[in-house]
Amino acid sequence: MLTVMKANFDVQQIRKDFPILKQEVNGRQLIYLDNAATSQKPQVVIDAINRYYKEQNANVHRGVHFLSQLATREYDDARVKVQRFINAAESHEIIFTRGTTESINLVAYSYGRKFVREGDEIIISAMEHHSNIVPWQILCEQTGAKLRVIPINDDGELLIDEFALMLNPRVKLVAVAHLSNALGTLNPVKRIIELAHSHDIPVLLDGAQAAPHLKIDVRDLDCDFYAFSGHKMCGPTGIGVLYGKSELLNMMPPFMGGGDMIASVTFEKTTYNVLPAKFEAGTPHIEGAIVLGVAIDYLNSVGLDRVAAYEHELLGYATEVIGAIPGIKIIGTAREKASVLSFTLDGIHPHDMGTILDQEGIAIRAGHHCAQPVMKRFGIPATARASFAFYNTREEIDALAEGIQKAVEVFNG
Amino acid sequence: MADLSELYQQVILDHNKKPRNFKVINPADREQEGYNPLCGDQITIYLKLSDDLIEDVGFQGSGCAISKASASMMTTAVKGKTKEEAELLFDEFHRMVKGELNPETDPHHLGRLTILAGVREFPARVKCASLSWHTLRAALGGNNETVSTELTEE
Repeated sequence: MLTVMKANFDVQQIRKDFPILKQEVNGRQLIYLDNAATSQKPQVVIDAINRYYKEQNANVHRGVHFLSQLATREYDDARVKVQRFINAAESHEIIFTRGTTESINLVAYSYGRKFVREGDEIIISAMEHHSNIVPWQILCEQTGAKLRVIPINDDGELLIDEFALMLNPRVKLVAVAHLSNALGTLNPVKRIIELAHSHDIPVLLDGAQAAPHLKIDVRDLDCDFYAFSGHKMCGPTGIGVLYGKSELLNMMPPFMGGGDMIASVTFEKTTYNVLPAKFEAGTPHIEGAIVLGVAIDYLNSVGLDRVAAYEHELLGYATEVIGAIPGIKIIGTAREKASVLSFTLDGIHPHDMGTILDQEGIAIRAGHHCAQPVMKRFGIPATARASFAFYNTREEIDALAEGIQKAVEVFNG
Repeated sequence: MADLSELYQQVILDHNKKPRNFKVINPADREQEGYNPLCGDQITIYLKLSDDLIEDVGFQGSGCAISKASASMMTTAVKGKTKEEAELLFDEFHRMVKGELNPETDPHHLGRLTILAGVREFPARVKCASLSWHTLRAALGGNNETVSTELTEE
């Protein structure tokens, strides 16, 4: 099955879609392995940004004139594209935000304000990105609720039995990463959701890393909220999505007040608009939403199933090649992984590694990956992280291995 | 193109492997923590003072080769100096790594610290080289708040 998919996957053809990959950095061909931070953009996405401002720009939901209607139609179409992309039941269950961080904050503030009280509990996991920790800490500080953390094992896998024991009637929400940005662990989210739902507890999935690498089906997962960002999936920065089941979103108060989110306003009383407008105060990132729709069209044309299969094979190759270098320790060795290879190398700090690789034109991330508790769990200050996309190649991974060898030479003479 | 071999000179690699004054001073007259939130580099500096004189200095912490070597070289440079002399070194060092002071043409008192001049070609690494210096400065100023390079380098 895998070989068939590989044969169909012409990575050299795909690379032609991404003009930035032709660029040289420090006199070398760019090798971009920092996709977990942000993905590169295909030409169709870059063109769509241009086209929006040249041909479609107007405010949405406001005007009777031609351009406003055009922009509104494109904006609403984008919402339907997102709906289909994650298989949501209704397009009004798609709320446009600035990104995953804002999506999670929206739930923390709005759902939290409505449903979380002193003595209640919120459950997150030990492998969360700061954006799925801090909003809940703020909520807990304000309400007197308690934040509880699902532990992980030395491979970076959630301890599901421990999680099951943490569930009780005080728990008001479970919020976990679908795919870990620091470890690459693909969490058993369906099982987590089943367990939480057996106690009538809703589940939010942080899908920032998962959305560009896996086919997401929110109805199959049965998650209550799903948050992700456009810029990690070939779209522009500043646009993201919160999916929420409509019965929950309907019960939640607005996150921000302003234009577009109201039905009527007097100084005595304001009535709120229906979904999704209730959660989209002010002029939205119209271009961002429309172009995210174009990015989704692009990803669909490549095929996320094929992307997942190709990247799986690429990660396997990278794990083998990089893991074979003496002194390398791979951080995050879960059985189910995707797209991320985090590692340390004896005697060489990840930052020094990052600088030396940069001189070879290789972009990786060095640091704590906005997941300091994960670093603490593994007793390390930082890791070097190579993260892959479907436009990366085996040759680039070979170059990464050579770059790491070069760092060893610099340090050990 | 920036030169890697200038950044990772033998002396720097040696200080990274065998940092000088890598010790806790207990009791210390001053103890100051410094932190680079972007990369997680962390340092604690201990000072033994006699009036205005830095009698002894030690450091602990974790970080990249540049931050560790810079801290190590700093301790050897300021030991036995007065507060005022250390302040002057801070200023000159800071200007050197930011490329505002050319150790080959401008007057300075940096001595062996000029080995770190290569950092100026790597703007992303200036914070690594200057973390220990900012922390020392805060220690001398007696301000006990943790130093963050995010606040001091912007």
